Amino acid sequence: MSISRRQRTRAIRGGQYAVLVVVLLVVALAADWGEIRRAFFDVEVAKAQFPDIITTALLNTVVYTLLGFGFGLAAGLLLALMRLSRVPPYRWLAIAYIEFFRGIPALLVFIALGFGVPLAFQVALNQYVTVMLALGLVGAAYMAETIRAGIQAVPKGQMEAARSLGMSQSRAMVSIIIPQALRIVLPPLTNELILLTKDSSLVYLLGLSLSQYELAKFGRDALNQNRSLTPILIAGLCYLIITLPLGHLVRRLEARTAKAR
Amino acid sequence: MKAVSAAGDAEAVSGPAIDVRGLRKSFGTLEVLAGIDFSVARGEVVCVIGPSGSGKSTLLRCVNLLEEPTSGTVTVAGTEVTDPDVDIDKVRRRIGMVFQSFNLFPHLTVLENLTLPQRRVLGRDRAEAAGIARERLARVGLTDKESAYPAQLSGGQQQRVAIARALAMDPELMLFDEPTSALDPELVGDVLAVMRSLADEGMTMLVVTHEMSFAREVADRVVFMDGGVIVEEGAPEQVIGAPRHARTRSFLARLLTPATADLTEAAEAADGAGKRSGPV
Repeated sequence: MSISRRQRTRAIRGGQYAVLVVVLLVVALAADWGEIRRAFFDVEVAKAQFPDIITTALLNTVVYTLLGFGFGLAAGLLLALMRLSRVPPYRWLAIAYIEFFRGIPALLVFIALGFGVPLAFQVALNQYVTVMLALGLVGAAYMAETIRAGIQAVPKGQMEAARSLGMSQSRAMVSIIIPQALRIVLPPLTNELILLTKDSSLVYLLGLSLSQYELAKFGRDALNQNRSLTPILIAGLCYLIITLPLGHLVRRLEARTAKAR
Repeated sequence: MKAVSAAGDAEAVSGPAIDVRGLRKSFGTLEVLAGIDFSVARGEVVCVIGPSGSGKSTLLRCVNLLEEPTSGTVTVAGTEVTDPDVDIDKVRRRIGMVFQSFNLFPHLTVLENLTLPQRRVLGRDRAEAAGIARERLARVGLTDKESAYPAQLSGGQQQRVAIARALAMDPELMLFDEPTSALDPELVGDVLAVMRSLADEGMTMLVVTHEMSFAREVADRVVFMDGGVIVEEGAPEQVIGAPRHARTRSFLARLLTPATADLTEAAEAADGAGKRSGPV
């Protein structure tokens, strides 16, 4: 008995669809839809989250992220320049920093800054400073490597042209090389912004006052009050409001860079 | 033309614009310059010719210290640039340099390419820098391109902007490193015309080139290099028209049969200087 290759392909694809249909049917029949609706899509609970989830939680998530990103970008640029320095100890310091902070969980940094520093030094850092430092210290390690790659991607002739016009090494870096490097690494830096947006949820660990709640903490609190997953779902959608457009932006920037080459 | 002539203090110094003594340059074990002595007088136009890998680009790049000589001295308008105590940035602003690959700043408009170095290096204010920039752009025939970005220009236009950018710094001399080698043949003429008019105005020029007709018509002197040394130099009609050395003759013969020349260029692409400066 012989079947053609085409028949076999068709049979396999048919089998795959059959499995999918069976699984969907089982889930649909076995699931308690009323319970799921109550847990995830409770309209009353959903309504109760607004407008605070936007005006407080989403806003704070954005503020925390931007604080961390700004500090991380500045520190990352400094680290990238140290990484490329002609003075070996600067390179070693930068490498040590980058390897350390890329290798440990961001959660650990939050714990160290949020609880460790106040206990050890008897000083309570402002929440915003804590978040900025914690997100920034970790973000800087990743951004430093990205920016270093960008600086090295600028053609050598650019530095030569700048120097031959009489610019000093540092002037050429500031006016000619770094602006081009940042343009080159705009897509990966935007990716880093997305990662930081999600990492900002770690703030929930710190004791925050109501007005300082960001999305994760806000959702968690509302979950406890309502015994419903609805606030978590809404908080998740709020993250997507930030991350999906940024992801789209990254793809457009990458396409533009690819075209320019 | 006044804008082109040397700055006052430099005119007080007499002597050659460029003076090179016992210049050697090695990249690792590869000796690219094996003892060069030569000079360029003020107002003189000197063309350096020779096969790829002969060291001519490296020689040019040693004049403004883009390459650090292994030994020997280079003196530019009375200042010894190889002296470790010399502020090289100050010397470089008096030396215009034009590259094979243009090296315009792609993130800046044409006008900004000309004004940024003036403002950051010479401390000119915005209006003054823009005025000078527009005058230099007019001279290279690109007045209408001041708000374009380099990527929007043809290779020939980019190279003319690069010349204008160097001129905006009021250099005392100009170095050209194969300025037309990266251009489509039909764009070469515009660039050479700009260089010719510069020469006519009395600019001191050191030009590394493969354009024999330009060398023959514009140069006061032609230098033929091979294997890191100067093989012969003299008036263009002598070096190009009636070369004394066999190596010069065979080089010129190869240039006249382009197919063979291309093969030779490809074979000799292992030029140390070329490897370092080429856009990757």
